[in-house]
Amino acid sequence: MIELRSLSVRLGDTHALRDVSISVEAGEWVAVIGPNGAGKTTALRALCGLVDYDGVILVDGRDTRTLSRRALARLTALVPQIPETPPGLTVAEYVLLGRTPHLGYFAMESVGDRHAAERALDRLELRPLAARTLTALSGGELQRVVLARALAQDAPILLLDEPTTALDLGRQQQALELVHALREGSGLTIVSTMHDLTLAGQYADRLVLLDRGEIAAEGTPDEVLSTANVSAYYGANVRVVHDEDGVFVLPVRP
Amino acid sequence: MIAESVRARDTAGVRARGIAPVWAIATVAFLLGSLLVGLGVGAVEISPGAIVVSAVAHLPLVHIHSSLSAVQDAILWQLRAPRVVVAALVGGMLAIAGASYQGVFRNPLVDPYLLGVAAGAGLGATLVITYGHASAQLVPVAAFAGATLAAACSYILGRSAGPARTTGALVLAGVTVTAFLTAVQTFVQQQRTDVLRNVYSFILGGFATASWHDAAVAAPYIAASSIVLVLHRRVLDVLALGDEEAASLGVNVARVRLVVCAAATAGTAAAVAVSGLIGFVGIIVPHTIRLLVSTSYRAVVPLSLLVGAGFLVLTDVLARTILSPQELPIGVITAFFGAPFFAVVLRRSRGRA
Repeated sequence: MIELRSLSVRLGDTHALRDVSISVEAGEWVAVIGPNGAGKTTALRALCGLVDYDGVILVDGRDTRTLSRRALARLTALVPQIPETPPGLTVAEYVLLGRTPHLGYFAMESVGDRHAAERALDRLELRPLAARTLTALSGGELQRVVLARALAQDAPILLLDEPTTALDLGRQQQALELVHALREGSGLTIVSTMHDLTLAGQYADRLVLLDRGEIAAEGTPDEVLSTANVSAYYGANVRVVHDEDGVFVLPVRP
Repeated sequence: MIAESVRARDTAGVRARGIAPVWAIATVAFLLGSLLVGLGVGAVEISPGAIVVSAVAHLPLVHIHSSLSAVQDAILWQLRAPRVVVAALVGGMLAIAGASYQGVFRNPLVDPYLLGVAAGAGLGATLVITYGHASAQLVPVAAFAGATLAAACSYILGRSAGPARTTGALVLAGVTVTAFLTAVQTFVQQQRTDVLRNVYSFILGGFATASWHDAAVAAPYIAASSIVLVLHRRVLDVLALGDEEAASLGVNVARVRLVVCAAATAGTAAAVAVSGLIGFVGIIVPHTIRLLVSTSYRAVVPLSLLVGAGFLVLTDVLARTILSPQELPIGVITAFFGAPFFAVVLRRSRGRA
C-alpha cells in the first residue's frame, strides 16, 4: 500500500531522514518509534506531501510526486499531534472540513458530503456532540473529533502523529482501541508515530525504530523492543518483559 | 416516528451553519435602512417614502409622479445618491477585505489600513495626482500598484520577524511600512504646494466630492474582488486549521493566499482611490459579525460586505451632521470607534499570539 524507497529529507543543514526504506501492506498497522528528533514526524509529513524529499514514495502503486495535492489527500488522512482548533467552529463544521479533498475549489458540501461526515461522527459515537463548539470539548473528545475529520476524508491510509499525547492512560488505551476497531471494520492502513513503546508494541503489527534519521531496527514488537535496542537508542535503563499479553517496556531507575 | 424526528434533528446538526435566515434578513434590512438614512438626512430632509417613490419614478417604463421638487430631486440624485453609493461600495470593500486578510494571515488584528495597504494605495494615488496628468483612469491603477507593494513589504517583513503566525509581528510590520510610505508621501506632496489641497482632501478621506463617476470607476474592481472573496469563504475556513493541516486536506495554501490577497488588495486600492484613507472598518465590521453571528468565514465574508456598506453610509451621515454645516473627516469617526474596538480585539487575542 505504501512504499518508501531510500527516502531522504533535509531540514536546513541537517538530514531529518537519510535513506529510509519502508513498505507497509494494505491493512497493516506500522508504528514508527524512536527518540526525540529521530525523524518520526518528518516521515509522516513526507508521506502526505508536506515536506520536500529525495527518493520515491509510492502510495497504492502511484508515485506521490505525480499526484495533485487533492489526489494525495484522498489517499492519506493525517491526524496531527497538536491539531488547530479554530474558536467558534462546531464539531459538525470541523468534521465537514475533512471533505475538502473531495470538493471543487469553490464548491460547498453536497448532501453526499454531509452523509460522509455523519458516518464518521456515528462511527466514533460523536453525533450528540455535533453542535458543540471545539473549544467546549475535553481532550479525549477532541482527539475523537480529529479522528472523525480524518475518517470523513475517506482515505484508505490513516497517518497518526503521536495519537496519545495529552491523554491519560485510560484515554490512551481507548483511543488506540478505537483506531484498532476502525481498522478491523474498514481495512484502513495505519502508520503512526508513538512515544509509548509498550502501547506501540501492543497495537502495531510492526515497528520501525528510527535513530537520527536512519532505520536502526525493524520488525515485530518482540524483535524490535529488546533491552539492547531501547538502551542503545533511547539511552534509557529499562527492563523488557515478554509474556503472552505482549511486550512491556518498564523503566528502571539506573 | 419519534425516533425518526430525533434522527432528523440529529442530521440537521451535521452541516455548516452558514448564515441563518434571520441574520441574512437582518443585515439586508440594516443595509437598506442605512441607505435610506443616508439619502434622507441632510440640510434638506427627505422622507424615506418620498425617496422610494422617487427611485421608482426614475425607473424606465414606470409612470408615476414623484412628490419631490426639482431641487429636491437634484439634491437627492446628484448629490446624495452618489455619495451614499460610493460610501456603501467603499465600506463593503474595506470590511470584506479586512475579513479576508484576517483569514489568509490567520490574524484577527490585520485590516487594509494596518497592513499598510491603504498607505501604499495613498502613495500611489498621490504620485499620480502630483506628477501625473491627474487622469482619473490612472489613479486606481497607481493605487493598486502602491497597495500591492505595501502588502508584499508588510508580509515579507512580518515573516522575517519570526513564524508567520506571530500575530504581533505582521501588525508591527504594517505599522512600519505605513510610517515609511506616509513619510514618502508627505515628501512628495510638499514639493508641489499647488496640488496640496487635492492630496490633503484625498488623504483625510471622505465622500464630500463623491460623484457617479467615482462610483463607476470603483464599482467594477469592488464587484470583481468581492465575488472572488465570497467564493473563497469555505476555503478560508480550511485555512483556519493552519497551513500544514490545510495542505494535508489538499489545499494549495500558497495559491489561496496569493489569490485572496490579490483580490482583497485590488478591491481595497479601488476603494482608497475614490475615498482616501479610512481606517478600522475592516476591524470593526468582521469582528462584530464574529461576535453576533458566527466565526465561520462562510458567514463573516459575505455579511462583512453588506454590513460594512451600511456601516460606512451611517458613519458618513455622522461625519456630515455632527459639526454641520462643517464636515468632519470620516476617518476621524472610524478611528474614534475603531481604536477602542481594536484594543478589545487585541485583549481577546491574548494567548493566541
